[in-house]
Amino acid sequence: MKPVYLSLIVTLLAGCSSSQSNNTGVYMLIDTSGTYREEMNKAEQIIRYSLSRLDATDSFAVARIDTGSFSEKDIVAKITFDDRPSTINGQKRAFAERISVFVKDAKSSPYTDITGGLLQAVEYLNEKDPAAKTVLIFSDLKEDLEEGYIRDIDFDLSGFNVIALNVTKLRSDNVDPREYLTRLEMWQKKVEGSGGRWQVINDLDGLEGLL
Amino acid sequence: MTFLLNITPWPVLSALLWIVLIVTALFFARPTAHKFILATGNSLHRMFRVSSQSLMKAEKGLNDRNREVLLAAGREAKERIIEREFDRINETVRKDLASFSALHRNLSESINRIETDHNEAVEVPPDPPGWVKAVQAVAAIDSKDGRVGIGNILGDIHKSLVRAHKEAMAAYHEASGKRHALLRKMRPEWREIQQTLGKVGKNVDSLLLRSSTIDRHMQEYEDIVKGEDRAVSILSSSSLVFFFISALVLVVAVGGATINFSLIARPMAEMVGGTSLVGGFRTADIAALVIILVEISMGLFLMESLRITRLFPVIGALPDKTRVRMIWITFTILFLLASVEAGLAFMREVLLHDELATSALLRGDGNAPIANEYMWITTAAQMGMGFILPFALTFVAIPLETFVHSLRTIFGLLAIGALRTIALMLRLLGSGSRYVCVLLAQLYDLPLFIPLWWAARDKVGDASSGGKLRKVTS
Repeated sequence: MKPVYLSLIVTLLAGCSSSQSNNTGVYMLIDTSGTYREEMNKAEQIIRYSLSRLDATDSFAVARIDTGSFSEKDIVAKITFDDRPSTINGQKRAFAERISVFVKDAKSSPYTDITGGLLQAVEYLNEKDPAAKTVLIFSDLKEDLEEGYIRDIDFDLSGFNVIALNVTKLRSDNVDPREYLTRLEMWQKKVEGSGGRWQVINDLDGLEGLL
Repeated sequence: MTFLLNITPWPVLSALLWIVLIVTALFFARPTAHKFILATGNSLHRMFRVSSQSLMKAEKGLNDRNREVLLAAGREAKERIIEREFDRINETVRKDLASFSALHRNLSESINRIETDHNEAVEVPPDPPGWVKAVQAVAAIDSKDGRVGIGNILGDIHKSLVRAHKEAMAAYHEASGKRHALLRKMRPEWREIQQTLGKVGKNVDSLLLRSSTIDRHMQEYEDIVKGEDRAVSILSSSSLVFFFISALVLVVAVGGATINFSLIARPMAEMVGGTSLVGGFRTADIAALVIILVEISMGLFLMESLRITRLFPVIGALPDKTRVRMIWITFTILFLLASVEAGLAFMREVLLHDELATSALLRGDGNAPIANEYMWITTAAQMGMGFILPFALTFVAIPLETFVHSLRTIFGLLAIGALRTIALMLRLLGSGSRYVCVLLAQLYDLPLFIPLWWAARDKVGDASSGGKLRKVTS
């Protein structure tokens, strides 16, 4: 009989002190290749907006997409916000400062490894294990891998929200728009095929729905 | 259905045959069916009636109980009022009687002084004039020596007379001055006596007024003790008024508590964290709510210790020393909590500024928002509210007590009303069910009108033939 009482008490206490996880994890990939380097200011704007939307215990990381993006070294800044509101504000300001420095000093990379960056994002967010996982890809989605890099890998994106931002049209896309559409379709298939949700936002004035 | 109509080759005939069969069956079953229907009606009627009666009994019991409670509450309230009035009288009498000996002494001293002064101020009869002797001497000379030297003598007499007059006038002026001085000295004494007597008169008037108030309350108290309907009616309507007024004040208090909550809930996240949940609610919100509830509880205890409310008889019955200690303890806790709230309200303002600055930075508005030089007013107002609201909430205990007491009466009245309504409904249902069953019995006879008519005709025939037979035999 005693174990029954004990289990009841434990259950009640657990029910009373349950700290339900309702935080958010955001990982933003920023393309620094070629001409897309010029779009960095827009990326900073999105990061600032994201910072204003995030709250206590949320996690946020910003990483660059370069030749080999599946690396912790590509993470420009990462943070998990504190529980106390006063500390959160300080953390946000410091994060914004680091991003400003990065935007100013970022160098253009010769190749674009989006898949590697996505893998790194999945790894980071799975480790943080937030209630909602969002990956923001600030890129034209044109992947350009260096020879020898293998990125034909299956990954699990179930529970992930993948949002492509500011997917600009390349010069070749203007000549043949099918290229652009095919590119978008390919990424959508890839994400949805892995169990994730896919979304594209090109109008940066309409970020209200983001996060 | 078609099967029923196919018992003969002609459906119409089949139908007629069925009708005849059914009517015949119903006719033969008629007495039993009538008995059954009417018995059902009577049973339902009795059942509803009994239920209604038992509900009315319960209503009466509740009414009596409600009356008792109302009278008991009224008696207690009246006792408190009368007790309070007696306390006031006691206080007045104690104060006045304590100073009565001094008052009496003052009055006696004043009167003695006035008496002494009065005695001293009595007019002294003037001395007989000195020239009377001189006139006697002149008269004596006149008889012996004739009128020789009388002119000189009369001149001397005139001189002495004038001198005596002057002296007498001077003495008279001096005596009058002394008397006036004494009378002047008496004036403040008279005023003092007048003031003292005025004070005494005022106190006596106050006592008379209080005694008439006590008389009125005593009359009402007697009515309550006798359990007169008028007293119950007055108490009942007072209870309703108190209920609505206290409910209104409690709603206002809830508004105050809500504002208090919003003042401290946000900065509370700094202490207990902003994301942890307990039972689906934010821990910070629960902590803020707990602080407010603790403040209200402390306020209740403070009011109880001060004997302003009587929700907890145990506290009221404590020895005075313990009660005073309790007053200080609850007041100290309340003061500390109010200070904590003021601090939290300040913290809220700081957090708000910090958040605004961060938002401005993230929006890319450049520097932090321009500091308003009058912002301290908002901060001070918030801190003041944070400090004052806990003390204001202390007074919730008074309407709460009234609300709790009047709620009992209101519930009783509502329950009585509900029981009466249900009992009436049951009575109506009982009567209705009986009449419905009578109607059903009549409806039963409706398709049987032919056999019934036939039977009635036979009965009439039998009766008339029987009568004839009786006539023949007689």
